[in-house]
Amino acid sequence: MAWQWFHRLGSPRWFYQKTGAWLPWLALASVVLLTIGTVWGLGFAPQDAKQGHSYRIIYIHVPASFLALAGYYIMAISGAIGLIWKMKLSFAVMRAAAPIGAVLTVIALFTGAVWGKPTWGTYWVWDARITSMLILLFLYIGVIALARAFSREQVADKACALLALVGTVNIPIIYKSVDWWFTLHQPATIKLTQSSSIDPSMFYPLLTMIIGFYCLYAWTLITHTRVLVLQREWRTQWVQQELLAGESQAGEGK
Amino acid sequence: MQFQFAGFADFMAMEGHGIYVWISYGVTFALLASLAAFPLLRRRQLQRELQRQQRIQQRRRQAENGRKATTEPA
Repeated sequence: MAWQWFHRLGSPRWFYQKTGAWLPWLALASVVLLTIGTVWGLGFAPQDAKQGHSYRIIYIHVPASFLALAGYYIMAISGAIGLIWKMKLSFAVMRAAAPIGAVLTVIALFTGAVWGKPTWGTYWVWDARITSMLILLFLYIGVIALARAFSREQVADKACALLALVGTVNIPIIYKSVDWWFTLHQPATIKLTQSSSIDPSMFYPLLTMIIGFYCLYAWTLITHTRVLVLQREWRTQWVQQELLAGESQAGEGK
Repeated sequence: MQFQFAGFADFMAMEGHGIYVWISYGVTFALLASLAAFPLLRRRQLQRELQRQQRIQQRRRQAENGRKATTEPA
Protein backbone atom coordinates (compact mmCIF):
# COMPACT_ATOMS: atom_id res chain seq x y z
CA MET A 1 0.00 0.00 0.00
CA ALA A 2 3.01 2.22 0.44
CA TRP A 3 3.17 2.54 -3.32
CA GLN A 4 -0.39 3.72 -3.67
CA TRP A 5 0.53 7.43 -3.69
CA PHE A 6 3.04 6.74 -6.44
CA HIS A 7 0.44 5.15 -8.67
CA ARG A 8 -2.06 7.84 -7.90
CA LEU A 9 0.58 10.38 -8.89
CA GLY A 10 0.69 8.67 -12.25
CA SER A 11 -3.02 9.21 -12.85
CA PRO A 12 -3.54 12.19 -15.15
CA ARG A 13 -6.97 12.90 -13.67
CA TRP A 14 -5.68 12.98 -10.10
CA PHE A 15 -2.85 15.30 -11.17
CA TYR A 16 -5.25 17.60 -12.99
CA GLN A 17 -7.59 17.94 -10.05
CA LYS A 18 -4.83 18.29 -7.44
CA THR A 19 -2.74 20.92 -9.22
CA GLY A 20 -5.70 23.19 -9.94
CA ALA A 21 -5.56 24.44 -6.36
CA TRP A 22 -1.83 25.21 -6.43
CA LEU A 23 -1.82 27.34 -9.56
CA PRO A 24 -3.14 30.66 -8.17
CA TRP A 25 -0.57 30.55 -5.33
CA LEU A 26 2.31 29.79 -7.66
CA ALA A 27 1.19 32.55 -10.02
CA LEU A 28 0.95 35.03 -7.15
CA ALA A 29 4.37 34.08 -5.79
CA SER A 30 6.00 34.38 -9.24
CA VAL A 31 4.48 37.78 -10.02
CA VAL A 32 5.37 39.22 -6.59
CA LEU A 33 8.94 37.84 -6.54
CA LEU A 34 9.70 38.75 -10.16
CA THR A 35 8.34 42.28 -9.72
CA ILE A 36 10.34 42.87 -6.53
CA GLY A 37 13.46 41.28 -8.02
CA THR A 38 13.26 43.25 -11.26
CA VAL A 39 12.73 46.64 -9.57
CA TRP A 40 15.44 45.84 -7.04
CA GLY A 41 17.92 44.61 -9.63
CA LEU A 42 17.30 47.38 -12.15
CA GLY A 43 16.98 50.37 -9.87
CA PHE A 44 18.30 49.72 -6.39
CA ALA A 45 21.17 47.24 -6.52
CA PRO A 46 24.53 49.04 -6.66
CA GLN A 47 26.41 49.50 -9.91
CA ASP A 48 29.16 47.00 -10.72
CA ALA A 49 32.63 48.52 -10.39
CA LYS A 50 33.99 46.90 -13.58
CA GLN A 51 30.98 46.36 -15.83
CA GLY A 52 28.84 49.40 -14.98
CA HIS A 53 25.09 49.06 -15.41
CA SER A 54 25.23 46.34 -18.07
CA TYR A 55 25.78 43.79 -15.30
CA ARG A 56 22.08 44.26 -14.36
CA ILE A 57 21.35 41.66 -17.06
CA ILE A 58 22.63 39.11 -14.50
CA TYR A 59 19.24 39.25 -12.73
CA ILE A 60 17.58 37.49 -15.66
CA HIS A 61 20.55 35.77 -17.30
CA VAL A 62 21.52 33.63 -14.29
CA PRO A 63 17.99 32.52 -13.26
CA ALA A 64 17.10 31.68 -16.88
CA SER A 65 20.32 29.66 -17.28
CA PHE A 66 19.70 27.80 -13.99
CA LEU A 67 16.25 26.79 -15.09
CA ALA A 68 17.30 25.92 -18.62
CA LEU A 69 19.56 23.31 -16.98
CA ALA A 70 17.18 22.25 -14.20
CA GLY A 71 14.44 21.95 -16.83
CA TYR A 72 16.57 19.48 -18.75
CA TYR A 73 16.94 17.30 -15.64
CA ILE A 74 13.20 17.40 -15.14
CA MET A 75 12.60 16.43 -18.77
CA ALA A 76 15.13 13.56 -18.71
CA ILE A 77 14.02 12.21 -15.31
CA SER A 78 10.34 12.31 -16.33
CA GLY A 79 11.28 10.46 -19.49
CA ALA A 80 13.15 7.83 -17.46
CA ILE A 81 10.22 7.38 -15.05
CA GLY A 82 7.90 7.04 -18.04
CA LEU A 83 10.11 4.38 -19.61
CA ILE A 84 10.59 2.39 -16.41
CA TRP A 85 7.12 2.53 -14.85
CA LYS A 86 5.13 3.21 -18.06
CA MET A 87 3.55 6.22 -16.44
CA LYS A 88 1.38 8.26 -18.78
CA LEU A 89 1.59 11.43 -16.73
CA SER A 90 5.36 11.30 -16.60
CA PHE A 91 5.59 11.38 -20.40
CA ALA A 92 3.21 14.35 -20.43
CA VAL A 93 5.54 16.22 -18.04
CA MET A 94 8.49 15.37 -20.27
CA ARG A 95 6.75 16.67 -23.38
CA ALA A 96 5.64 19.84 -21.56
CA ALA A 97 9.18 20.50 -20.30
CA ALA A 98 10.72 20.59 -23.81
CA PRO A 99 9.30 23.88 -25.18
CA ILE A 100 9.65 25.59 -21.79
CA GLY A 101 13.30 24.55 -21.56
CA ALA A 102 13.92 25.67 -25.14
CA VAL A 103 12.52 29.15 -24.44
CA LEU A 104 14.60 29.47 -21.25
CA THR A 105 17.74 28.44 -23.14
CA VAL A 106 16.97 31.03 -25.81
CA ILE A 107 16.60 33.66 -23.05
CA ALA A 108 19.92 32.61 -21.49
CA LEU A 109 21.72 32.74 -24.85
CA PHE A 110 20.10 36.00 -25.94
CA THR A 111 20.71 37.90 -22.70
CA GLY A 112 24.23 36.49 -22.63
CA ALA A 113 24.90 37.75 -26.16
CA VAL A 114 23.49 41.20 -25.40
CA TRP A 115 25.51 41.34 -22.19
CA GLY A 116 28.63 40.24 -24.08
CA LYS A 117 28.59 43.25 -26.39
CA PRO A 118 29.37 45.99 -23.81
CA THR A 119 31.44 43.64 -21.62
CA TRP A 120 33.53 41.55 -24.02
CA GLY A 121 33.08 43.68 -27.12
CA THR A 122 31.37 40.87 -29.04
CA TYR A 123 27.91 39.27 -29.13
CA TRP A 124 29.16 35.76 -29.65
CA VAL A 125 32.26 33.66 -29.03
CA TRP A 126 32.62 29.92 -29.48
CA ASP A 127 33.44 29.57 -25.82
CA ALA A 128 32.87 26.21 -24.08
CA ARG A 129 30.01 27.40 -21.88
CA ILE A 130 28.20 29.16 -24.70
CA THR A 131 28.69 26.31 -27.16
CA SER A 132 27.45 23.71 -24.69
CA MET A 133 24.38 25.89 -24.00
CA LEU A 134 23.74 26.01 -27.75
CA ILE A 135 23.90 22.20 -27.79
CA LEU A 136 21.35 22.22 -24.96
CA LEU A 137 19.04 24.29 -27.15
CA PHE A 138 19.48 21.80 -30.01
CA LEU A 139 18.65 18.92 -27.65
CA TYR A 140 15.43 20.64 -26.59
CA ILE A 141 14.55 21.36 -30.22
CA GLY A 142 15.44 17.75 -31.06
CA VAL A 143 12.95 16.42 -28.51
CA ILE A 144 10.23 18.75 -29.84
CA ALA A 145 10.93 17.74 -33.44
CA LEU A 146 11.13 14.04 -32.62
CA ALA A 147 7.76 14.20 -30.86
CA ARG A 148 6.23 15.56 -34.06
CA ALA A 149 7.87 12.97 -36.28
CA PHE A 150 5.75 10.09 -34.99
CA SER A 151 2.03 9.76 -35.49
CA ARG A 152 1.67 7.32 -32.60
CA GLU A 153 1.88 9.06 -29.25
CA GLN A 154 3.39 6.10 -27.36
CA VAL A 155 6.22 5.65 -29.84
CA ALA A 156 6.95 9.38 -29.80
CA ASP A 157 7.07 9.36 -25.98
CA LYS A 158 9.62 6.54 -25.87
CA ALA A 159 11.81 8.06 -28.58
CA CYS A 160 11.81 11.48 -26.87
CA ALA A 161 12.66 9.92 -23.50
CA LEU A 162 15.63 8.09 -25.03
CA LEU A 163 16.93 11.25 -26.73
CA ALA A 164 16.50 13.24 -23.51
CA LEU A 165 18.41 10.59 -21.54
CA VAL A 166 21.27 10.44 -24.02
CA GLY A 167 21.47 14.24 -23.99
CA THR A 168 22.12 14.38 -20.22
CA VAL A 169 25.80 13.82 -21.10
CA ASN A 170 25.84 17.50 -22.00
CA ILE A 171 24.74 18.73 -18.55
CA PRO A 172 27.94 18.13 -16.53
CA ILE A 173 29.88 19.57 -19.47
CA ILE A 174 27.90 22.81 -19.20
CA TYR A 175 28.44 22.99 -15.44
CA LYS A 176 32.15 22.28 -15.61
CA SER A 177 32.90 24.18 -18.84
CA VAL A 178 33.90 27.39 -17.03
CA ASP A 179 36.39 25.47 -14.88
CA TRP A 180 37.81 23.08 -17.49
CA TRP A 181 38.38 25.66 -20.22
CA PHE A 182 39.48 29.07 -19.10
CA THR A 183 37.71 31.35 -21.55
CA LEU A 184 35.70 34.53 -21.71
CA HIS A 185 32.73 33.37 -19.70
CA GLN A 186 33.27 34.17 -16.04
CA PRO A 187 33.21 31.34 -13.46
CA ALA A 188 30.09 30.80 -11.38
CA THR A 189 29.36 33.63 -8.94
CA ILE A 190 27.18 31.56 -6.63
CA LYS A 191 28.63 28.44 -5.08
CA LEU A 192 26.90 26.05 -2.74
CA THR A 193 30.03 24.76 -1.03
CA GLN A 194 32.08 27.94 -0.66
CA SER A 195 31.13 31.52 0.00
CA SER A 196 29.88 33.30 -3.11
CA SER A 197 32.00 35.89 -4.86
CA ILE A 198 29.12 38.35 -4.98
CA ASP A 199 28.27 41.16 -2.57
CA PRO A 200 25.08 40.66 -0.47
CA SER A 201 23.59 43.88 -1.91
CA MET A 202 23.67 42.22 -5.35
CA PHE A 203 23.07 38.67 -4.13
CA TYR A 204 19.68 39.21 -2.46
CA PRO A 205 17.95 40.67 -5.52
CA LEU A 206 19.51 37.83 -7.57
CA LEU A 207 18.22 35.25 -5.09
CA THR A 208 14.75 36.84 -5.28
CA MET A 209 14.82 36.54 -9.08
CA ILE A 210 16.03 32.91 -8.93
CA ILE A 211 13.22 31.88 -6.57
CA GLY A 212 10.75 33.87 -8.69
CA PHE A 213 11.92 32.05 -11.83
CA TYR A 214 11.56 28.69 -10.05
CA CYS A 215 7.96 29.55 -9.09
CA LEU A 216 7.19 30.71 -12.62
CA TYR A 217 8.79 27.56 -14.02
CA ALA A 218 6.65 25.36 -11.76
CA TRP A 219 3.51 27.25 -12.76
CA THR A 220 4.34 27.06 -16.46
CA LEU A 221 5.26 23.36 -16.33
CA ILE A 222 2.01 22.53 -14.53
CA THR A 223 -0.20 24.55 -16.90
CA HIS A 224 1.50 23.07 -19.97
CA THR A 225 1.19 19.54 -18.54
CA ARG A 226 -2.48 20.10 -17.67
CA VAL A 227 -3.38 21.14 -21.19
CA LEU A 228 -1.43 18.15 -22.56
CA VAL A 229 -3.42 15.88 -20.21
CA LEU A 230 -6.66 17.36 -21.55
CA GLN A 231 -5.48 16.76 -25.10
CA ARG A 232 -4.36 13.18 -24.43
CA GLU A 233 -7.35 12.13 -22.34
CA TRP A 234 -9.63 13.84 -24.82
CA ARG A 235 -12.04 10.91 -25.16
CA THR A 236 -12.66 10.42 -21.44
CA GLN A 237 -15.79 11.76 -19.84
CA TRP A 238 -14.09 13.79 -17.14
CA VAL A 239 -12.06 15.77 -19.69
CA GLN A 240 -15.15 16.54 -21.76
CA GLN A 241 -17.00 17.64 -18.62
CA GLU A 242 -14.03 19.75 -17.57
CA LEU A 243 -13.80 21.48 -20.94
CA LEU A 244 -17.53 22.15 -21.24
CA ALA A 245 -17.86 23.29 -17.62
CA GLY A 246 -15.09 25.83 -18.10
CA GLU A 247 -16.87 27.18 -21.16
CA SER A 248 -20.25 27.61 -19.46
CA GLN A 249 -18.56 29.52 -16.61
CA ALA A 250 -16.82 31.79 -19.08
CA GLY A 251 -20.13 32.25 -20.87
CA GLU A 252 -21.88 33.32 -17.66
CA GLY A 253 -19.22 35.93 -17.06
CA LYS A 254 -19.98 37.71 -20.32
CA MET B 1 18.89 50.92 -0.04
CA GLN B 2 18.75 53.81 -2.43
CA PHE B 3 17.62 54.43 -5.99
CA GLN B 4 20.80 54.39 -8.05
CA PHE B 5 19.82 56.95 -10.69
CA ALA B 6 19.32 60.73 -10.68
CA GLY B 7 16.03 60.61 -12.58
CA PHE B 8 13.94 58.74 -15.14
CA ALA B 9 16.09 59.76 -18.12
CA ASP B 10 19.19 58.65 -16.24
CA PHE B 11 17.47 55.35 -15.39
CA MET B 12 16.64 54.72 -19.07
CA ALA B 13 20.14 55.65 -20.27
CA MET B 14 22.11 53.68 -17.64
CA GLU B 15 25.27 55.50 -18.72
CA GLY B 16 25.06 54.16 -22.24
CA HIS B 17 24.23 50.57 -21.23
CA GLY B 18 20.48 51.20 -21.17
CA ILE B 19 19.86 49.75 -24.62
CA TYR B 20 21.45 46.38 -23.69
CA VAL B 21 19.72 46.13 -20.35
CA TRP B 22 16.26 47.15 -21.57
CA ILE B 23 16.36 44.91 -24.65
CA SER B 24 17.34 41.93 -22.47
CA TYR B 25 14.51 42.53 -20.00
CA GLY B 26 11.99 43.28 -22.76
CA VAL B 27 12.73 40.13 -24.77
CA THR B 28 12.84 37.96 -21.63
CA PHE B 29 9.46 39.08 -20.32
CA ALA B 30 7.87 38.90 -23.78
CA LEU B 31 9.05 35.29 -24.19
CA LEU B 32 7.94 34.33 -20.67
CA ALA B 33 4.52 35.89 -21.26
CA SER B 34 4.01 33.97 -24.52
CA LEU B 35 5.05 30.78 -22.74
CA ALA B 36 2.45 31.45 -20.04
CA ALA B 37 -0.27 32.27 -22.57
CA PHE B 38 0.15 29.12 -24.67
CA PRO B 39 -1.82 26.67 -22.45
CA LEU B 40 -4.73 29.11 -22.18
CA LEU B 41 -4.99 29.42 -25.98
CA ARG B 42 -4.59 25.67 -26.48
CA ARG B 43 -7.32 24.96 -23.92
CA ARG B 44 -9.73 27.28 -25.72
CA GLN B 45 -8.86 25.52 -28.99
CA LEU B 46 -9.66 22.12 -27.41
CA GLN B 47 -12.94 23.50 -26.05
CA ARG B 48 -14.04 24.74 -29.47
CA GLU B 49 -13.11 21.44 -31.08
CA LEU B 50 -15.15 19.50 -28.51
CA GLN B 51 -18.17 21.77 -28.96
CA ARG B 52 -17.96 21.39 -32.73
CA GLN B 53 -17.89 17.58 -32.45
CA GLN B 54 -20.82 17.59 -30.05
CA ARG B 55 -22.86 19.78 -32.40
CA ILE B 56 -22.19 17.35 -35.25
CA GLN B 57 -23.23 14.38 -33.08
CA GLN B 58 -26.38 16.16 -31.99
CA ARG B 59 -27.34 16.97 -35.57
CA ARG B 60 -26.73 13.37 -36.57
CA ARG B 61 -28.91 12.14 -33.72
CA GLN B 62 -31.68 14.56 -34.66
CA ALA B 63 -31.51 13.45 -38.26
CA GLU B 64 -31.78 9.80 -37.18
CA ASN B 65 -34.73 10.55 -34.92
CA GLY B 66 -36.40 12.45 -37.72
CA ARG B 67 -35.97 9.52 -40.06
CA LYS B 68 -37.41 7.13 -37.46
CA ALA B 69 -40.38 9.46 -36.93
CA THR B 70 -41.23 9.44 -40.62
CA THR B 71 -40.72 5.70 -41.14
CA GLU B 72 -42.44 4.38 -38.02
CA PRO B 73 -46.07 5.27 -38.80
CA ALA B 74 -45.87 3.51 -42.13
